[in-house]
Amino acid sequence: MVQKTFSDYFVERLAIILITVFSILCIFPFLLIIGTSFSSEAVVRIKGFTIIPEDFSLEAYKMIFKSGKILLGSYIVTILMTLVGTVCGLSIISMTGYALQRRDFPYRNGISFFIYFASLFSAGLAPYYLIMVQLYHLKDNYLAVLLPLLMSPWLIILMKNYVKSIPYEITESGKIDGAGDFRIFAELILPMLTPALATIGLFLALGYWNEWYQSSLFLSARIVYKPLQYMLYQIINQVAYLKNSVAGSYVTFTDFPQETLKMATAVIATGPIILVYPFAQKYFISGITVGAVKG
Amino acid sequence: MPSIDKNVKENKFALFCDNVKKYKTLILMCIPAMIFFIAFNYAPLPGLYVAFVKFNYGAGIFKSKFVGLDNFKFLFESGKLWMLTRNTILYNFTFIILDNFLAIFFAILINEITRRMFKKITQTIMLLPYFISAVLVGLLVYNIFNYDYGFLNRVLTYMGVPRWAPYSNPKVWPGLIVLIQLWQCTGYNTIVYFAAIMAIDTEVIEAARMDGVNAFQRIRYITLPYLKPTLIILLLFAMGGIVHGNFGLFYNIVGRNSILYPTTDIIETYVYRATVNDFNFSTASAVGLYQSVIGFILVMLCNKAIKKIEPEYSLF
Repeated sequence: MVQKTFSDYFVERLAIILITVFSILCIFPFLLIIGTSFSSEAVVRIKGFTIIPEDFSLEAYKMIFKSGKILLGSYIVTILMTLVGTVCGLSIISMTGYALQRRDFPYRNGISFFIYFASLFSAGLAPYYLIMVQLYHLKDNYLAVLLPLLMSPWLIILMKNYVKSIPYEITESGKIDGAGDFRIFAELILPMLTPALATIGLFLALGYWNEWYQSSLFLSARIVYKPLQYMLYQIINQVAYLKNSVAGSYVTFTDFPQETLKMATAVIATGPIILVYPFAQKYFISGITVGAVKG
Repeated sequence: MPSIDKNVKENKFALFCDNVKKYKTLILMCIPAMIFFIAFNYAPLPGLYVAFVKFNYGAGIFKSKFVGLDNFKFLFESGKLWMLTRNTILYNFTFIILDNFLAIFFAILINEITRRMFKKITQTIMLLPYFISAVLVGLLVYNIFNYDYGFLNRVLTYMGVPRWAPYSNPKVWPGLIVLIQLWQCTGYNTIVYFAAIMAIDTEVIEAARMDGVNAFQRIRYITLPYLKPTLIILLLFAMGGIVHGNFGLFYNIVGRNSILYPTTDIIETYVYRATVNDFNFSTASAVGLYQSVIGFILVMLCNKAIKKIEPEYSLF
């Protein structure tokens, strides 16, 4: 190791200061939400949003939990959707990724292009909406949210990149032992793909947990239990929805904790992934760096 | 010689059959994914015909009245298409340039830091905004810029400065939205560039140190040139997608606040409103088709450029 010079120390100091500033900027808005969610509505109305609640209060959370059934239903819908979607998506993506990376498979380039082209030219929202509603009849059906998020060309390419790092000799040794292609995949390859499965599973799970877009297209008021982020979207955008679904109609408008309720819902809807995030971060970073350039 | 031709054809067909038999498991493994892309990406394509009709919901796409290019003509003559294209491209362009600049800057800075714990914690925090939904981003923005309760106005009031009302002032949003997008995405690209820096051979750096090179020279003459290919590839990929806007971000910040449309309406938000609120499928689809065609041409051009520079990164 060579001795560090004065300029090295100078740059490091500068880096620490600037990175700290940027990190504070990144985390600050989150603190604002958490702080406000624990404030009383009255103080927020006078003083505005805050990081440190001047008047600690759980009224917003109490109101949400009073209507426990809706919240619990939304949680169950979101968790089920995330689990089922991630498992199904992972199975299909890993299977496809392996087959398309097999160098002896003559159709791999053709099929790869078929999948990739899907992301190059899309019909756009209007034809997609029409086919989902008129042909597949998926309006007000949870499948309209579950199915479209199962996979993407990008995730399949990411999986292919991971499979590429497994030596072809493993497939060959399986063939010599007389194993079929599916058994080679399931018993020899899949166990070696654990980090890839964790990474791609994380991207899928994140997609499902943060989902609000497909819900906004296809789930109408007839669906009571909405995915959490879509519930949050509606609470933010529609005061009427908020009063009816969360508070019940007996609350008068003036003492209704409109602002703090938005923040508390945000904390409850997003809390779980923020808690899981530090543990999953390793896989997230692996996905970013492996799939970066071909994103 | 027709008989030989026939023979070749038969052979080809026989080979195809053999291959299908031999690789039937691998083909079957690809079928679910192919069905998925047929159902959600290819099947809607014929529906683009709706851009050429006066859509009648009851009759369906193919029985509505054909009007040729009228839908496009209307969008073109009203100046709508130009406004949407301009907004989308300007937002993306500004964002792409600043994002890559900042990401390289931060990646180099992180690399200069030797304290491991500090590095780890700050990386975690920098990536956090990328992890949350667009809905939450919209709420965070509201928290800061809201006129009555927003944090910014709280600070302004405290300092005795008049309150600021960005939600009724369209002029400020181009700057604000780019800033917000940088806030959410710069951490992500910083990791990409940081990974590229980590791949630099440490011996090169040690050798440079041995020769008495200072930190600034080391960054200028080793790190930056090393990042150049990554930068070029990322820029080209981004340019290929420049007509596709970040719908979630715009929609959750602007929503139905029509005062802000002149400066914040991008192709995606317009198409969404035309589809979901106005059920104006013909107009929405005309804009969508226009976007897809331009986007496709741009991707092709950028891919060609990438193929020339770094063939291994090209898409096909």
